[in-house]
Parts: sequence; C-alpha cells; structure tokens
Amino acid sequence: MAQNKVAAEAHGHGDGHAGHHIVPMSTYVKVLFALLALTALTVAVARPVSGFDAGIFNTLIAFLIAAVKASLVLGIFMGLKYDKKLNLAIFFTGVFFLLVMLLFCLLDIYTRVHVQSTL
Amino acid sequence: MSTVNAHVERHSPLAHHFRDMAQQFDAAKLGIWIFLCTEILMFGGLFVAYIIMHGLYPAMFAEGARWCDWRMGAANTTVLIVSSFFMAAGVHYTQTNQRVKAIQSMILTILLGCVFLVIKYFEWRHKFELGLLPAHFFHYKGAHHANLPMFFSLYFCMTGLHGIHVVVGMCLIAWVTIRSIRGEFNSEYYTAVETVGLFWHLVDIIWIFLFPLLYLVG
Repeated sequence: MAQNKVAAEAHGHGDGHAGHHIVPMSTYVKVLFALLALTALTVAVARPVSGFDAGIFNTLIAFLIAAVKASLVLGIFMGLKYDKKLNLAIFFTGVFFLLVMLLFCLLDIYTRVHVQSTL
Repeated sequence: MSTVNAHVERHSPLAHHFRDMAQQFDAAKLGIWIFLCTEILMFGGLFVAYIIMHGLYPAMFAEGARWCDWRMGAANTTVLIVSSFFMAAGVHYTQTNQRVKAIQSMILTILLGCVFLVIKYFEWRHKFELGLLPAHFFHYKGAHHANLPMFFSLYFCMTGLHGIHVVVGMCLIAWVTIRSIRGEFNSEYYTAVETVGLFWHLVDIIWIFLFPLLYLVG
C-alpha cells in the first residue's frame, strides 16, 4: 500500500502520461490547518466578536481573508495550481464577468440622485 | 451499431468518442469548470445584491448580523472546511488505489455535510420562531431598522441556495461512494470522484464568503 502511494506520488511529480498530478496528503493537511487558522483570524478581527474596529475596512478585511481561503481551496484542493491552464482561464473568465456585473450595477445605483434617501 | 457501442461502454470507462483516457478526463474537467463558472455567476448575482445593499444600509446589515450567531456560523465553516479536506483525501486515496480509505473519507464528507445541515436547521428554526423572515413574511416587532426584512431576504436566499447545493453535493458524493464500493474507480479512472469533489469544494468556497459577510459584518 505504502509502495503504491510513493509510486503514485513520484508519478504525479513526473507528469505522467495522463497528466494526473497527485497531491501528497501532507500538503492537504497543511492547507486544512491554514484554512482553520484563517477562519479563527476572520472571527478574531470581527467587531461583533472581539470589538476590533477598522471602520469602513471591516468588510474589506473580512472579504480579503475569505479570498485568501478561497485561493487555497481553488489552488490545492481543487488542483488549479497543477491543472491545465485552460481551467484556470475558465475560472477567471467567470470571475471577470462577475466583476462586470458588479461594476455596472454599482455605476447604476450610485449615479442615481437621492439614492440614499429613498426606499 | 449502437448496440455494439453500448456493449463496449459497459466494459471500459473510455467512451468511444474519445481518443484515450487522458483526453476523456480533460474533457470532463473542462466541462465541470464551465459548470462551476455558471454557479459562480448564479451566486454572484446574490453577492452583487449584498454588496450594493450593504453599501446603502450598513446599519441595517449590522442589526441583521446580530441575529446570526457567529459561533454557529464559525462551527459550520469549520465543518465544511474539514469536509472539503476529507473530499480531497477521498480523491487522493482513489488516485493511489487505496479504496477502503477513499470510501471512509467520502462517508466522513457526507456525515459532515449532515452536521452542517443540522446546525443550519437550528439557526433557521430560531429565526422562524422569532418571525425574522424575508420581505413581507417578516413579523418581528422589535426591529430598529425599517429595512431589516431585506437583510433576511438576502440571508434566506443565500443560505437557502447554498443549503440546496449542500444537499445535492451530499447526494453526488453518496453516488460516487456507492460506485467506489462497487470497485468502479482506480488510479486510471476516477473522473466522477474528481468532478464531484470539485463541486463540493465550490460549495465550501461559497460558504467561506457567506460566513463573514452574513455573520461578522457590522
């Protein structure tokens, strides 16, 4: 069993015939602990929990920590780091169009007069 | 002709329209990534609504977040992250022909999905009892902010859509676990395990964003 694993890992690093990269379990364990630590961090810097207050940056900080966590999941757990770059390109295409949607919605809402006082 | 092909497909995981296993695997992953993009855009619409409304009514979101218990949210985040780890382990053990460990990992993933839903049930029941419900269903009397029902519209849409994805993901993992028990996967063919795993990780990523945005703002 152990031999199998070693052989498979060697195969993964050698970029075998099928191009399957086998990520070693130790990497997954490291990512798991990094994700749990970042979860603890995002809780620790939240105002309702600890009273830490960075003003208007509170949401930004929470979002950035979430983005780092998502990158870890995407890169290692989902294997985008090792995959064909085409899959990465597809992912960023999705994100790009999400940003287009966000940008035009923001432009629409925040260029309206008296948007703060209605509703 | 078609019966001949059907006969071939039953005995080999390689479908006749692919050149080899590698091409078939890459095509499947390409397909699942395009599907995951549509998922990102579907949840993206809700995130855009969240960002705009949060920008307009920060005080309302702070009041809403006070009704979301961050301990339960953090517990659920931990549960989903650990489940994602076990799903990755399930793929790893399938890739290395360690079938029993792969099956154990995937069963643990499903069980953690159940734990997530149970915690979610308690959170939702609490809000149902208080009348903290979406839009005109909202009947809680002590709201300070006039637009508080909007927070719960977003809350239930986002956690509800995510919850549906958790249920679907658990069913899919159960499906590949059963196929794994039947011995259908090995280091040469594990496409379904890999693609179902990708779906489960995306469900995890969406919760990674939902948790701070709904529970920790304000």
